[in-house]
Amino acid sequence: MSRTTATVLVSPTEAAEVPPVTAAPARRRPPLPVAAISAATLSILVGLWSLAAWAGWVSSVFLPSPLAVLEALDLAARSGFADASLLQHTLASLSRVFGALLAALLVGVPIGIAIATSRIGRGIFDPIVEVLRPLPPLAYLPLVIIWFGIGEASKILVIGLAMGPPIIIATAAGVRSASTDRIRAARSLGASPRDVLRFVVMPSAVPSILTGVRIALGAGWSTLIAAELIAAPRGLGTMIQAAAGFLATDIVIAGIVVIAAIAILFEAALRRLERRFVPWATRL
Amino acid sequence: MSLHLDGVTLAYPPARSGRRDEPPVLRDLSLAIEPGAFVSVIGRSGSGKTSLLNLAAGFVAPSGGSVRVDGERVEGPGAERAVVFQDDALFPWASARDNVAFALRLRGLPGAERRTRAEALLASVGLAGAGDKAIWELSGGMRQRVGIARALAAEPRYLLMDEPLGALDAMTRERMHEFLLGIWQRSGAGILLITHGIEEALFLGTRVVVLAGRPGRIIADMPASYGRRFLRGEPARAIRADPAFVADRNALADMIHDEAERAA
Ligand SMILES: Nc1ncnc2c1ncn2[C@@H]1O[C@H](COP(=O)(O)OP(=O)(O)OP(=O)(O)O)[C@@H](O)[C@H]1O
Ligand SMILES: [Mg+2]
Repeated sequence: MSRTTATVLVSPTEAAEVPPVTAAPARRRPPLPVAAISAATLSILVGLWSLAAWAGWVSSVFLPSPLAVLEALDLAARSGFADASLLQHTLASLSRVFGALLAALLVGVPIGIAIATSRIGRGIFDPIVEVLRPLPPLAYLPLVIIWFGIGEASKILVIGLAMGPPIIIATAAGVRSASTDRIRAARSLGASPRDVLRFVVMPSAVPSILTGVRIALGAGWSTLIAAELIAAPRGLGTMIQAAAGFLATDIVIAGIVVIAAIAILFEAALRRLERRFVPWATRL
Repeated sequence: MSLHLDGVTLAYPPARSGRRDEPPVLRDLSLAIEPGAFVSVIGRSGSGKTSLLNLAAGFVAPSGGSVRVDGERVEGPGAERAVVFQDDALFPWASARDNVAFALRLRGLPGAERRTRAEALLASVGLAGAGDKAIWELSGGMRQRVGIARALAAEPRYLLMDEPLGALDAMTRERMHEFLLGIWQRSGAGILLITHGIEEALFLGTRVVVLAGRPGRIIADMPASYGRRFLRGEPARAIRADPAFVADRNALADMIHDEAERAA
């Protein structure tokens, strides 16, 4: 393809970004890493926020300064807010998410295997998953509360129901993705169907299951916070809701910052897990 | 005693778009592999070589005829018929050593013994010290050799290989020829080797079977003994230059060529 067609295919602004097809002459500067650009973006946003608060463009009731939010974080951490310290709120939320994740894995992975490997399994579970998957969890939360009360079990159940479908679907897809030749190889070495499931099919499904966990954590985390906004003695959602009642905007924002930080940590931890345990997934 | 394909026909169910009158992939094909035989199979791409191996391995059932091991009908894959795949089919989540050790584990060997035996098998295919390597760190030729080591670990009576030397350079390939003849001699296994290389088929085989498609059928079954001569000490070069070898090779090449002309 000639250079002219290449230029026609992209808009003028993008054209500057497209590297030339032929080897470029030695650059004077190495390109900025993406992380640096992202850090700059974040700094500028926080800077604008500070400026808005400092210059009084927005009342501090609606938008406290970043410094005030930090102080609120410190306050919530030391003396607590809404009858519990920040750490207690965070742990309450985290334990619900991980409790639900554990339950969703224990139930979801076998169901996913059943869907992918058996006609009967697919017949039983496919419709359940398909009905559950598009439902917003908050729609059935009141029903769950009526049935199971307002305790921890209800919350874990609702979060687990939100996490189940992505894990089930990812497990089924992973199991189906196991290569025919690898299964045949194991069989011709003398593996029983059980051996094949354990030593070939399940390892093949791990990358897909980890992706499912990633999606499930996203779904579970947002469901959790929403559920806590409605009813919970403790938790980050509860803290935010209580703070909003007092118009303590600094605590509200502090809570949001903690929620975002935890979500980012989840994501980073899962990426590490993937690199550590399934380095082959992206290479073969 | 043999691995016996007895008048097998293999027809896949017609695809929705496919023609119903399409000939089967293989038709009424008979082939016996005795222990100690080295059967090379050549044929053009699509002539049904892999299908033939899939039947012998028990991966697919024939639509007609039967596959038997020592007289007993084959119902599925079994460890007495180990397979080396056209694409290596190794387990990427395990190291090279653990791929080989997997076969030993299925035979019930204890952990420590699995390790040393797997290392020895890797060394025997020229991969000494590569046991800790991940599969994706190996070259295509190294992977194929891990696949051979894994199949040998099952100590099969029949070794079915689908173009196992496809990804190797000429020099490694010649060393692998000697290696294959070595394991054939030591193990006494019956070998089915599918290859695109006419010279390779002739040099290694005690028989060279020529497959033509479609329907896939055997159009020639030529006895050979060049591998035995090599094992008796005659240099490979001298064998390949032997007028008898050259004549056989040309005859096989002509056969495949003529068949292609007729099919076209
Ligand atoms: N699962 C399948 N379903 C339908 N047709 C198939 C299937 N597998 C193979 N075939 C057909 O059977 C014929 C023989 O295929 P096969 O893979 O045995 O050829 P081959 O001789 O091994 O070719 P190559 O040298 O390219 O590996 C081809 O026409 C192919 O289209
Ligand atoms: Mg093939």
